[in-house]
Amino acid sequence: MSLLSLTLKSLRNRLGTALLTAFTIALSIALVLGVQRIRSEARASFASTVSGTDLIVGARSSPVGLLLYSVFHLGDATNNVSWQSYREIAALPDVAWSVPISLGDSHRGFRVMGTTPEFFAHYRYGARHALEFVAGKPFDDVYDAVLGAEVARKLGYAIGTEIVLSHGTGRVGVADHKDKPFRVVGILARTGTPIDSSVAVELAGIEAIHVDWQSGTRIPGQTVSAAQARQYDLTPKTITAFLLGLKSRIATFGVQREINDYETEPLSAILPGVALQQLWSLVGLAENALLLISALVVLVGLAGMVTALMTTLGERRREMAILRALGAHPRLVFGLLVLEAGLLTLLGAIGGVVLLYGVLAFSRGIVMDEFGLGLSLSLPSLLEWELLAAVFIAGLVAGAIPALFAYRRALADGLSLRT
Amino acid sequence: MHTRDASADNAIQLERLEFAWPRGAPLLDIEHLVVTRGEHVFLQGASGSGKSTLLSLLGGVLLPGAGRIDVLGTDLTALSSAQRDRFRADHFGFVFQQFNLLPFLSVRENVLLPLRFSARRRAAVARRGDAQGEADRLLAALDLDPARHARRAAGSLSVGQQQRVAAARALIGDPGLLVADEPTSSLDADARAAFLALLFGECRRARASVVFVSHDGSLAALFDRTIRLSVVNRVPGIGASR
Repeated sequence: MSLLSLTLKSLRNRLGTALLTAFTIALSIALVLGVQRIRSEARASFASTVSGTDLIVGARSSPVGLLLYSVFHLGDATNNVSWQSYREIAALPDVAWSVPISLGDSHRGFRVMGTTPEFFAHYRYGARHALEFVAGKPFDDVYDAVLGAEVARKLGYAIGTEIVLSHGTGRVGVADHKDKPFRVVGILARTGTPIDSSVAVELAGIEAIHVDWQSGTRIPGQTVSAAQARQYDLTPKTITAFLLGLKSRIATFGVQREINDYETEPLSAILPGVALQQLWSLVGLAENALLLISALVVLVGLAGMVTALMTTLGERRREMAILRALGAHPRLVFGLLVLEAGLLTLLGAIGGVVLLYGVLAFSRGIVMDEFGLGLSLSLPSLLEWELLAAVFIAGLVAGAIPALFAYRRALADGLSLRT
Repeated sequence: MHTRDASADNAIQLERLEFAWPRGAPLLDIEHLVVTRGEHVFLQGASGSGKSTLLSLLGGVLLPGAGRIDVLGTDLTALSSAQRDRFRADHFGFVFQQFNLLPFLSVRENVLLPLRFSARRRAAVARRGDAQGEADRLLAALDLDPARHARRAAGSLSVGQQQRVAAARALIGDPGLLVADEPTSSLDADARAAFLALLFGECRRARASVVFVSHDGSLAALFDRTIRLSVVNRVPGIGASR
């Protein structure tokens, strides 16, 4: 009879306790793998919030600041970019496409982004996914609006719904543009990016609602109707930022330098990928804290296993004494316990992976809907395998504690139990 | 590795054996004790007189503070810990008072367990046939029908049946020396007599020496000789006066 067979039969004899112990380990392993999966997916999702865009250009500021307000719609721009500068840069020979962005208005707490129809053609996220419409189409009128998936879901809007934009970016608009309502013409599919929580309108629409406004307030005594506003020149004087796609990646640094040295006004051109990594490193502390907590949970799980093994030692002293009488060396007693710990950890690891995939399969839709985070059911990554291996080794080391007790006791007990 | 000498005809020979637990008072002090090969000896002693400790010394699990322990011509005190374990696996069969069996193994698996630790006993069994057949033969010889009992969980048997399984386990592979520590104390008189008759019969067939430890003097008549630990142990208060 092999050592493994002996251990398996011994474990089967204590099936309830063994399964509970393995389940505790499984829970902790599922947690640590789940945290790791969410961490890596969040990082991947975050890093690919904007893809296919070579440069983001805004008024001179830090790369992270520019990224935050232009892509994540967090905070406000330090300054605007003149339309003239935008046109000049967009006309550079290396530029393949450009998409202007104008921010500053909102709808019931959701940011409104003035842009052009090119936005839908060129904006990419994730693995270069294009924006898709679940309903409707891109805007082609001054008062058309396209909703992000989250906006449509939370507010219950559909194609044809009329919405009123508010001046400012607070949840309750300081002043509504009630006289110039917009009509929903398109609803975007979920992207897991800030686009989901945005309302996109024609750049001209942003101009139209502000023709009778000055310095953030309505000009007293001046009222321009929605229809009248159409007659105005709705070319913006300034925009918040713009996205650039280049004809060749090789040109990126050259164009970036050219923009950063732009003489007409101080501008910053950032590489989205680099800025996203910088931003992620800022939030990485929380990420590491999460991983540390889950590592502690694994420790607690293994401590549970040690406790369970230790409590069985008393009742198993006779078992060890019998094995000693039959010629088993105390090392075999040690090996039995370590093997048992290894098997429990292995069972826990398998259970943990099964549990993780079960929970992922069940919750990925909910997580996508509620948090815009895409959790994949892909095979464990190298890092996840490494985590599993680390937990397994930790399980063996933890198992050595009761095994050492059993070893010493087997030496002391001999063929009879000394109390 | 084993040192054989003129005492090779003895199953057990103790010379000037002394033993005390660490930081404890002396427990055993035996000047001279011999059990010849094939002899069935009844070792009688009161509780706490050091009977079980003496068995651990004979089995090579414990080492004496002084003196020499020869078993089947081998000086155990000259062997390393691993060599003593191997010697015990090869030459000893133990039957304990209770909790003799691993409850999570079947009856047959318990009987076969010593073969896991001893190549010598595996070879001895192989000379007669297959291991399972030998296990079943021993069970049948000890009045346990293999067809009915071999696959049963050891823990599901009665105490008397468990003792017979333990005896079969001790005897598989012709160990040469069978050591029994109060194996009949939890049996009634009829079961005790039947168990001993079966045990002796099988030991004679295997030509195994027997050291049978008990405080129950009524069994002494069944053995070739009785050794009173109180007589051979010279430790005051534990030996001679008890």
